[in-house]
Amino acid sequence: MSGPGIAWYLGVAGFLFGTGALGVLLRRNPLIVLLSLEIMLNGANLALIAFSRHAQNGAGQIFALAVMAVAASEVCVGLGLVVAIHRRNLALDVDRLSELRG
Amino acid sequence: MSVLAAYSAGSALVWIVWVLAGFACLASGVAVVSFSNPFYSALALIANLGSLAVLYLLVSAEFVAAAQVLVYAGAVMVMFLFVIAYVGPVAQTPWAGGPRWQTVAAVLAAAAIFLEIVVVIGLKASGRLAHSEHVNATFGSPGWIGRLFLTDHLLAFEITSVVLLIAAVGGVILGSHTRRTQLEEASLK
Repeated sequence: MSGPGIAWYLGVAGFLFGTGALGVLLRRNPLIVLLSLEIMLNGANLALIAFSRHAQNGAGQIFALAVMAVAASEVCVGLGLVVAIHRRNLALDVDRLSELRG
Repeated sequence: MSVLAAYSAGSALVWIVWVLAGFACLASGVAVVSFSNPFYSALALIANLGSLAVLYLLVSAEFVAAAQVLVYAGAVMVMFLFVIAYVGPVAQTPWAGGPRWQTVAAVLAAAAIFLEIVVVIGLKASGRLAHSEHVNATFGSPGWIGRLFLTDHLLAFEITSVVLLIAAVGGVILGSHTRRTQLEEASLK
């Protein structure tokens, strides 16, 4: 059953990655920055799975599952950070949370 | 003749599902970045993850599609929604804040990333990507993935479990109330 070729999936994956990058660069709320990071990770996952289908190799899907686990861990720690910041009554603004910079 | 009609009808259905899922994926991706309310962004990301699961099913990655819905949309996004509800109303328009040139530069950078991906893949691999071979029924099945995890990719499996353990420990530490942080919070209020 033929459908779109793998190149179409890669186009969607690339667009998702670019959109996530736009969100990370543009938004100031750290929660939305984390959400945009998730979009980037999902774009990479889609590319991995499309290539896995094209090469009939399982390593792409294994890698995608490992990326999913790492993304879940990173979201856990990132949200812990956001909760800790909120508990200290600091503004949830990545432009202002810059004391560790430089 | 009926075989051809059935073949093209099946292919048309695959195309329709692909277009719907792809459009939902891209639209919800843009929606995550553009909503000012983070709760709406999280809901748009759930729609994005669901449409991605449909795309994974179209490429015969059944286990990854199920894991996507269970783990990503079911656990990670619920965690996000809990924290967004805990933090409370922090609505922020996407284009506000910072000088204007930063917004323009961010859009140009994202467009450059996308164009770079398209150009590199188009130049290097467009010939080889045109045709994909058929895969058998076990491709993407849970048993196949499990066998791969326990034989060829055992190291990745074990390291992933260690990463998850470290993240769980880190999350507990970040969220815990020690006596010192309680004193700090009391002095800040």
